[in-house]
Amino acid sequence: MLAVALGGLAGPAVLVGIAVLLPALAGRILGRLLRTSLLLTMPIAISVLVVNLFFYPAGQQILFSVGPIRGTAEGLAFALETLARIGAISGAITLFYLTTTPSELVLDLERRGVSPRIAFVALASVQTVPAMVDRAATITAAQRARGLDTEGSLWRRLRGVLPLAGPVLLGSIAQVEERTMALESRAFTRPGRRTLLWHPPDSTLQRVARWVLVALLPGLFVARASGWL
Amino acid sequence: MLSLQRVTYHYAGSRAPSLHDVSLELGAGEVLGVVGASEAGKTTLCLVASGLAPRTVGGTLRGQLLLDGTDTVALPMHRLAERIGIVFANPANGLSGVAGTVYEEIAFGPMNLGLPREEVIARTEESLSTLGISGLAERDPSRLSGGQQQLVAIGGLLAMRPAHLVLDEPTAQLDPVGTRLVADALARLAAGGASILLTEHKTDLLAAICTRVIALEGGRVVLAGAAAEVLADPRLADLGVAAPASVRLLSAVREAALPASVLDRVQAALR
Repeated sequence: MLAVALGGLAGPAVLVGIAVLLPALAGRILGRLLRTSLLLTMPIAISVLVVNLFFYPAGQQILFSVGPIRGTAEGLAFALETLARIGAISGAITLFYLTTTPSELVLDLERRGVSPRIAFVALASVQTVPAMVDRAATITAAQRARGLDTEGSLWRRLRGVLPLAGPVLLGSIAQVEERTMALESRAFTRPGRRTLLWHPPDSTLQRVARWVLVALLPGLFVARASGWL
Repeated sequence: MLSLQRVTYHYAGSRAPSLHDVSLELGAGEVLGVVGASEAGKTTLCLVASGLAPRTVGGTLRGQLLLDGTDTVALPMHRLAERIGIVFANPANGLSGVAGTVYEEIAFGPMNLGLPREEVIARTEESLSTLGISGLAERDPSRLSGGQQQLVAIGGLLAMRPAHLVLDEPTAQLDPVGTRLVADALARLAAGGASILLTEHKTDLLAAICTRVIALEGGRVVLAGAAAEVLADPRLADLGVAAPASVRLLSAVREAALPASVLDRVQAALR
């Protein structure tokens, strides 16, 4: 969001450098971060570049021509600005994904006073997706074993979705009911604080880095407003 | 003591009761086995005895669930959970779904109780050790086999240390080794004073650890008595329940009209 607010090319680039690349370097995940982030942004980056380079409405300064289509400097500048923002967003999301497991996030939220129920809903939502995928795979295999054709043309695949949707949804609802009972029987509804066995490490360096980043925010805004970035 | 007094239970929207006028008492150290065909009311009995029905499940209950002579109707579920624990037949649904490791899964209940951290750790490690699953402590519960998940679910129950345990076909997905682990753990818990209500299709397991057995049919108790008597009752077959192997073996030896000395030796071996 900050990258979008900052705008320009230098602002998001500085932000990516300080808030994404440096922590990734410190966490020794720079390579994975760059690979994952590139994979995530590649399709949209290509389309942003092509569309703006060749079809930017206010483009005047022609850089090169490909037949009747002309690439303009204004279009390239706008595309690079947009790409810097997209890069900042995807970099931040990828860094978060690579460094924080859902259970660690929820545990830390709970340690900071968030209700266990809210934390549970957040985590259960994340954990439910792979469980539903597993169930769907099992049901598909069972249905295919009994002759349901789920491969081939798009129409056949679409027809295969219908008999899958019912069992997956109903199974999930039934599971929620039993899971509720299991939670109730393990005192989850007890009011008051739960005991937490551990909490994710939060070193002095990490805390200082966080506060430095927060302190830098006004500086970046001022630099942008003053035209330095 | 856990007791049900003339309990009749209807699920929401159902006109026919799933339990009809059921009374039972379960004292400290007793293991009460429950047998019956599918739809006989075994799971419903577990839900009612654990307090989940009607609190969480809904429906209507007539009669009383008493703990040490006190009606539990006013107790909230989290208070009841400290005294009565339940394990479900489907282990995947009995897990919290939010624990990243088996260790955290077993610790989930004690953590909810707000016990001191050292106490939570001690209970968790004791449960892991009791069920012989310490080696699974760092594994993801959702990636375990059904049998392993059931052992983890039972471990979670043990860590709560309730005085009364309700187990709904806990060994349905376990191999013989897992079944024996559970049976040993239950026998130890009973010896330590826990009262246990156990529904099972494996009558050999019931014969090994139960003091009394009841048989359900259509939500009614149709047979009740000492485990050895009920499990040897020929009417069990009509209820869709297979007698223990020892009972069937003795019956076969008798039918074969073998010499009395053979029968004596078989009986001695089965003791």
